[in-house]
Amino acid sequence: MPSVVIQSPGLLTTIQDSGRYGYQRFGMPVCGAMDLLSLELANILAGNSPHAACLEATIMGPEISFTDDTCVAVTGADMSPCINGKNVPMNTLLNVKAGDRLGFRGLISGCRSYIAFSGGIDVPMVMGSRSTYLRAQIGGLEGRALKPGDVLPLGKTTEKPGIKKIPDDIIPRYLSEQTIRITTGPEAHRFEMEGIRNFLTSEYTITDRSDRMGYRLSGKPVIHHEDRADIISAGIAPGTVQVPGDGQPVILMADRQTSGGYARIANVISIDLTLLAQMKPGDSLRFRQISLDQAQELVKERHMILACLAKKR
Amino acid sequence: MLKHIPSGDSAFIIKAGDEISEEINGTIRKLLIRLENEKIEGVIDFIPSFNELMICYDPSVAGYRILLERLKSCETEIETAELPEAWVVNVPVHYGGDYGPDLQFVANHNSLSPEDVIRIHHSKDYLVYMLGFTPGFCYLGGMDQRIATPRRQTPRTKIPAGAVGIADIQTGIYPIDSPGGWQLIGKTPLRLFSPDQKPEFLFRAGDYIQFFPVTEEEYIYIDKMVNEGTYHINRTKRQ
Repeated sequence: MPSVVIQSPGLLTTIQDSGRYGYQRFGMPVCGAMDLLSLELANILAGNSPHAACLEATIMGPEISFTDDTCVAVTGADMSPCINGKNVPMNTLLNVKAGDRLGFRGLISGCRSYIAFSGGIDVPMVMGSRSTYLRAQIGGLEGRALKPGDVLPLGKTTEKPGIKKIPDDIIPRYLSEQTIRITTGPEAHRFEMEGIRNFLTSEYTITDRSDRMGYRLSGKPVIHHEDRADIISAGIAPGTVQVPGDGQPVILMADRQTSGGYARIANVISIDLTLLAQMKPGDSLRFRQISLDQAQELVKERHMILACLAKKR
Repeated sequence: MLKHIPSGDSAFIIKAGDEISEEINGTIRKLLIRLENEKIEGVIDFIPSFNELMICYDPSVAGYRILLERLKSCETEIETAELPEAWVVNVPVHYGGDYGPDLQFVANHNSLSPEDVIRIHHSKDYLVYMLGFTPGFCYLGGMDQRIATPRRQTPRTKIPAGAVGIADIQTGIYPIDSPGGWQLIGKTPLRLFSPDQKPEFLFRAGDYIQFFPVTEEEYIYIDKMVNEGTYHINRTKRQ
């Protein structure tokens, strides 16, 4: 069976797909790729289903060797990928031979790279997904981050090869300062005008207490009415922005808890959540509010672009 | 009255009230059953909580206006609809000792004997209002005020799966090993979350949990049966 071998894992490399749905009512987080756009692009290149399992590498990439001839694609953060020491392009279908080594020289932009292999990573499904959930140690490979010597089996390659290259205009630019668009949240009315103004006009820095579960921001406090930071524990959507009592917003990401007890001021729109996933501690952002109609139009537009791209195979 | 509130571009909330009550929570569970039976196109998941139902959907399949219309058409007479009969799940607990290192503290805090705390804790069943926080964690309602105890000042770095604890007026069971600040009074050998078994979760919202005390020998015996997959969990219809 073709497989890939992890020579060195990088900083934090896990197996992720498009997430684990259907179990949130039991408190099971969705998990999956932080940047679902890059996951899908990598899979389109490799000729896989858009939801197939890939590697998600964080800040510092892994080194991987191949047991068989296969195809591989790297999307998302540019960590200067190279094969046998020779630079190779991002967002492109790459042919590799048995014994080749894929490595990364260092981070140039973004935060998370997605590495798709032809056939996808074929670890066992756990509750309908191959995503790794580190906190409960399930999914992926033994529910953990990868380590040297791990062997990852690849699935069956489809007849149809992937496309050769992702068109440049689809690939987002990753900046260390971004405007992130939001729609208004269920408890926006619980905040003082001044708090809302701070939220929408000032700059917030992503703190180093940020991970796959959530991004903790620091900036001008978002002030609640009187003492109303707490709500009755309720559902959290991808990109929900909660504000605890200290007024510093937290954006809930892929490994978010299914429910939370802080006022939900806003929601990052789906499209921009993929951009946010490429931001790292120390980067800064500003929020801009748009309407729900606009946000959903953007989702539909992206869906159409990706569907067209996948059809080109 | 049900309120409909969008929560981002891919989730919708139906809110049934502003407080924690069995009645409001019952409405949420009835809504979940009805909406799930409808198999609404574009809906990918549900998160029921105390007083809300979050509906997660794919906006490239159905926009919020279409979804809202579909949701509303399913909600007629929901508040007067019957809930299915509830199950009572009997949960063995060995109280005190190494299994419940804070039992004495809870007793002292409330000027009770450890035996009183145990008796009060298992003298009634508890409604599972919702699950959340960690996979399989149940938010239980209705613990007796007489054994209420604040969280530990210094949380423990590792609490084993199965630990039964008290935090203020709540009681609960840790489903997976995790850090936490609850006062631990006992431990159950049952597995609340087993990702490689069906069903993966022991409880669902709407169940009732009835704790019953077991000796250490019984605990060890049940634990062995649970590991071998031969323990039969006692579930009864609630009267």
